[in-house]
Amino acid sequence: MNQPLIQFDNVNKRFGDHNVLKGVCLRVFKGEITTIIGKSGVGKSVLLKHIIGLMEPDSGQILFNGEPMAAMKRGERRRLERKFSYMFQGSALFDSMTVYENVALPLKEKSRLKEAEIEKRVLDKLEALDLLNIDEKYPSQLSGGMKKRVALARALITEPEIVLFDEPTTGLDPIRKNAVHGMISEYQKKFGFTGVVVSHEIPDIFYISQRVAMLEEGSIFAEGTPAEIQDSSDPVVQNFIHGLMAPDRETTGMESRKACEVHFLQERSRLNRHGTPFSVIVFTFDNIDELYEKTGHVGGQNVMNHFIDMLRARLRITDTCCRYGLNRVVAIMDGVDNESAGRLCHRLAQEMTGVHLAIAEPGSDKCFRISAGIADVKAEGNLEDAVTAAIYRAAGLYEFQVCE
Amino acid sequence: MQKALLSFNPVAALGRLTISLVQEIGRIGLFFVRGLFHIVSVPLQFGKIIHQIYFIGAKSVLVICLTGAFTGMVLGLQGYYTLSKFGSEGFLGAAVALSLIRELGPVLTAIMIIARAGSAMTAEIGIMRISEQIDALKTMGINPVRFLVSPRLAAGLISFPLLTALFDVIGIFGGYVTGSILLGINSGIYFSRVESSVRMTDVNGGFTKAIVFSVVVITICCFQGYYTHTRKEGFGAKGVSLSTTSAVVISCVLVLIVDYIVTSFLL
Repeated sequence: MNQPLIQFDNVNKRFGDHNVLKGVCLRVFKGEITTIIGKSGVGKSVLLKHIIGLMEPDSGQILFNGEPMAAMKRGERRRLERKFSYMFQGSALFDSMTVYENVALPLKEKSRLKEAEIEKRVLDKLEALDLLNIDEKYPSQLSGGMKKRVALARALITEPEIVLFDEPTTGLDPIRKNAVHGMISEYQKKFGFTGVVVSHEIPDIFYISQRVAMLEEGSIFAEGTPAEIQDSSDPVVQNFIHGLMAPDRETTGMESRKACEVHFLQERSRLNRHGTPFSVIVFTFDNIDELYEKTGHVGGQNVMNHFIDMLRARLRITDTCCRYGLNRVVAIMDGVDNESAGRLCHRLAQEMTGVHLAIAEPGSDKCFRISAGIADVKAEGNLEDAVTAAIYRAAGLYEFQVCE
Repeated sequence: MQKALLSFNPVAALGRLTISLVQEIGRIGLFFVRGLFHIVSVPLQFGKIIHQIYFIGAKSVLVICLTGAFTGMVLGLQGYYTLSKFGSEGFLGAAVALSLIRELGPVLTAIMIIARAGSAMTAEIGIMRISEQIDALKTMGINPVRFLVSPRLAAGLISFPLLTALFDVIGIFGGYVTGSILLGINSGIYFSRVESSVRMTDVNGGFTKAIVFSVVVITICCFQGYYTHTRKEGFGAKGVSLSTTSAVVISCVLVLIVDYIVTSFLL
């Protein structure tokens, strides 16, 4: 594998008697989002602060592109720090400045842009985060969720190369939480920044991350792709992940991807043993980026959630419906063959085409396309294979056009 | 406990205290030098300096006028009764003007600014520190000392002498109110004594003191706020309250000590 952009090499940090980091080794690769998970108070924020130089390790070193950060010259270090952006856990907004001034500050202080250009960029960013009407307010007049979004806008305004997010969605409602995740992912694709996220939002955070590292007792306990971490047989990892997933289901009404995988395996073995059919339908929100652009991230999430509610109302209690990515929902229906599933899709398409789905700004001509694909379930293979098969069949299979 | 008492070495304790004192003075000194350097580092921060002049200077005008007027008035009153014992009431103008310009003006102005703006400065910077706002500045590549301390230092250097001059002038008129209007000294004599006794060296001395006090007050108040998080005896809001108290007490005491030192050099 290529050289990591940021590498922790046996980093130790101690506060008084408390040894927070004990030989942390972590790699962050360019252009990827790396998520750090772990219990509260385990040292995730401390780890993040080491990357940006707010804290220095007691021993060990942090390498940037293979070069130790501690050995860099002051000018070199300053140039490097300019590439970073940091979103604080407690937002750390300047409380004597308005929202607008907060977001504009990095541009005003560190760029040579004209006032009009700064204003345009700030207002664009605020609009994207659904914050447009509060630009004259002060942080103390905002709710916790709004503060988080202002902090996010401030972190992204300079279009940094590396963004460190310290719990960007803690305290947000499920819709805004997904909106923030969607935004991080979209901007990451657009600007290609490298992200390091500290988060408890399992499993949602897995959909936007390329790598996940779990910090436990001061060192990296497990590291890998989201799928590897989810499939890990280690009881510590499993306990942690499932402990966090249960409350999530209660708030969003959706099962986790793991639950879908379990259901899939159960159904597959029933198919193998008794020949009981089951079907997997994959709903893909085709123009999600376009929708985000037109209605804002929160508006887009609202539309998606509305659709999911309608879908769930038409499923039976024994069916499983789970989120399978930022723009994908999978429904597993037992005892239903592909033909019946097709009829369900057809009915859904008929009922829904033209339905008004809580689009943010009424009176617009925003259309929302959802394609539904039915997987050709085989006696072997896992859910991922089935979903991939369904996506290919999805092209033009059933299309929902939901417009005003 | 007994072991700890037995192992207590007064010489070592004195040594530790001295070392920490020297370290603290060194840190304050470096903090001041960094603040001073960034006043002139480009791009200049005119907007922020003017805002701070408004906060430290313009908003202190009323309190300075009030204290100046009453200080002058009480000096006029006390001076009149003391001088009348020697039959030299005519020298009241000289007594009021010289004591104000050389001593009371700079000192009382500095103490009033500590009370009004210095404490506010410590509390503001302290709260920024505990709510990670100073860390946020660092992560944006903005130098917190340049952003927070330099404009205040520049504004202090400009505002202190101006407010001191205002204090002196209002005080001299305060002395005139009690001496001339209430107690009947001839106003011409009062002002001619002021004119003949005050020399340019007295005025310069007063301004020198004002400038030195501004450096002491702003540096101490900003320093206390900036390093709120390193206090061992209190964290969070408690830490900020302790920092504000220390800032006020230390800078008031230092103003009086430095006043003595500067006076002994000027005389």
